[in-house]
Amino acid sequence: MAITASDVRAWLGDYAAGIAESREQLVRLDTDIGDGDHGTNMDRGMRAAMEKVEAVGEEDIGALLKAVGMALISKVGGAAGPLYGTLFMRMGQATAGKAEVDLAGWADALQAGLEGVQQRGKAEPGDKTMVDALLPALEALRAAESDGASLEDGLGRSAEAAREGMLATIPLQARKGRASYLGERSIDHQDPGATSTEILLRTAAQRFSASA
Amino acid sequence: MKKLINDPEAVVKEALEGVEAAHRDVVRVIYEPYVVVRADAPVDGKVGIVSGGGSGHEPMHGGFVGRGMLDAACPGEVFTSPTPDQMLEATKAVDGGAGVLHIVKNYTGDVLNFEMAAELAQGEGVDVEAVVIDDDVAVQDSLYTAGRRGVGATVLAEKICGAAAEERRSLADVAELCRKVNANARSMGMALTPCVTPASGNPSFELGEDEMEIGIGIHGEPGRYREQLAPAHDIVGRLATAVVEDLPFESGDNVLAFVNGMGGTPLIELYIVYRELDRFLAERGITIARNLVGNYITSLEMSGCSVTLLKLDDELTRLWDAPVDTPALHRG
Repeated sequence: MAITASDVRAWLGDYAAGIAESREQLVRLDTDIGDGDHGTNMDRGMRAAMEKVEAVGEEDIGALLKAVGMALISKVGGAAGPLYGTLFMRMGQATAGKAEVDLAGWADALQAGLEGVQQRGKAEPGDKTMVDALLPALEALRAAESDGASLEDGLGRSAEAAREGMLATIPLQARKGRASYLGERSIDHQDPGATSTEILLRTAAQRFSASA
Repeated sequence: MKKLINDPEAVVKEALEGVEAAHRDVVRVIYEPYVVVRADAPVDGKVGIVSGGGSGHEPMHGGFVGRGMLDAACPGEVFTSPTPDQMLEATKAVDGGAGVLHIVKNYTGDVLNFEMAAELAQGEGVDVEAVVIDDDVAVQDSLYTAGRRGVGATVLAEKICGAAAEERRSLADVAELCRKVNANARSMGMALTPCVTPASGNPSFELGEDEMEIGIGIHGEPGRYREQLAPAHDIVGRLATAVVEDLPFESGDNVLAFVNGMGGTPLIELYIVYRELDRFLAERGITIARNLVGNYITSLEMSGCSVTLLKLDDELTRLWDAPVDTPALHRG
C-alpha cells in the first residue's frame, strides 16, 4: 500500500477545502493572540496553490508539492507564507520524481518539511507554533514505522498526535511570532499555526487511508 | 463595520490606484506584483532604498516614496507582510548600480519574507543589505519573544537614509546610518479603541468604554497592559517614561520628538500629547530640536498614539533637514 501522486493531488484539494471551512476559526484564533489574518491568508494561498496544482500535468508527487510551496511563498505573505511555503517546498524536494511513497517515504517528506520550517522560523518545540503539531505527528509516524504498522494506522496515529500537539499549545506562552508580544496573555489560547497544521495531517490521514 | 470601500478584497489594489492617480508626478505603481516606485527610478549611481510591510498603516510606506526618502515600497495585504516576489521586483526596479538597502520592521513575517527576497536578489547579482528596525520598548527584547517591534523609528530611518542616499553615500554607509538611527530611537504606543480590518469586519480586540491598551503594536494586536483610561498628561508620562528610561535619554540630549497618531485620533488630541511630551522632556533637561506630529504609521482607524524619540547629533539633524518630496512628507 502506498500514497500515489493522484492521492496527493486529491489531498491538496482536501487541505484547501479544510482551510476554507476553518477560515473563520483560524481568523478568530489569530485575532486572540496575533493579528487575525491567518485564516484569510491561508485560504487565499491555498486557492492560488490549487490553480498551480491543476497546471501540473505529470504524476510526480514532488512537482505537486513544490507547486504548492511556490504559490504559498508568492501569495500568502506574513509568516505563514514563508513557513508553509518552505514546508511544501522541502516536502517536494524529498519526493521529487516519485509517483508514490510508502509510510517511511511520507515520514521522510514531513521530516524534510519540518527541518525547513525550523531553519526558517527558528522555532523550538514548546514555542507555541506549527512545530508543536508537526513534530509530534512526525514522531508518531516514525514510531508507527518501527512498529511495522500499516500505512492507515500510521497516518491515523500522526493525525491524532497532531491534534494532541495542537491542543497542548493552549496552556503555552508564545515565544515566537506576533503572539509572543502578548507575553503571559498568550496563555489559554490555541495556536492558529498549530491548528492549520492539524488540518493538514488530519486531511492527509483521511485521504490516504481512504485510498489505501 | 462601516467603511468607505467598494469591496473588502479589492482594498489594497483600489487604494494603490488612488495613490497613483493622485501622485503621478512623484510615484508610479506596478500592479503585478504590487510595488510603489519612485517615478524616476532607478536613479543612476544612488543606493536604492526599499521598505514594505502590511497595508493599513498609511501613509507608511507608499506615502514615503519619492526624492529624499524611499525608492520603492511593497504593500502587503492589510496587516500582512508583502511577499518575496514583490520585494524582488522592487529591488530590481530601484537598483541604480550602487546596491539596495532593505529597511525591515521587526515582525516575523516581514523579516522572513525580506530574507527570502534578499537571497533571490543577490542570486540575480544585486548587492543588498538589510537593516531591521526594532524600537518598540513595550516588548521585552529577550529569547522568549520575537524581539522588539519596528514602529516609529522606521519613518525617521527612511527619511534620514533617503537623504544620505541622495548624497550618493555607499550602501555600507547608508546601512550603518540606518543602524545608528535604530540604535538611538525608542518608541511606545497606546490605543483607546481597536481597529477593524476590511477582511474580518470585526474589531481586533474588545475594549471597555473606560479602558485603554498600553504598549500596542500597529496591527490591532492587543497591548501589554489594559488599564483604566487616564488624562493625556498621565498617558504621555507613562509612554515617555518608558521611552526615556530605556535608551536612556538624558539631560543635555537633543532629540527629535515624534508624536504619531494611530489613524483615528484627531490632530487636536495629538497636539495635546505633544504639549505634554514637550513639558515632560523640558523638566528632564532634554531639548526637542526637531519634531514631527501627525498620522504617519497608522493602524487603520484605531485611535491612540505613539511617542518616538531619536537622539540627534549634527549628522542626523542635517540629514533630517534635507529636502524631501513624497506624497506624505514634503519639505524644501
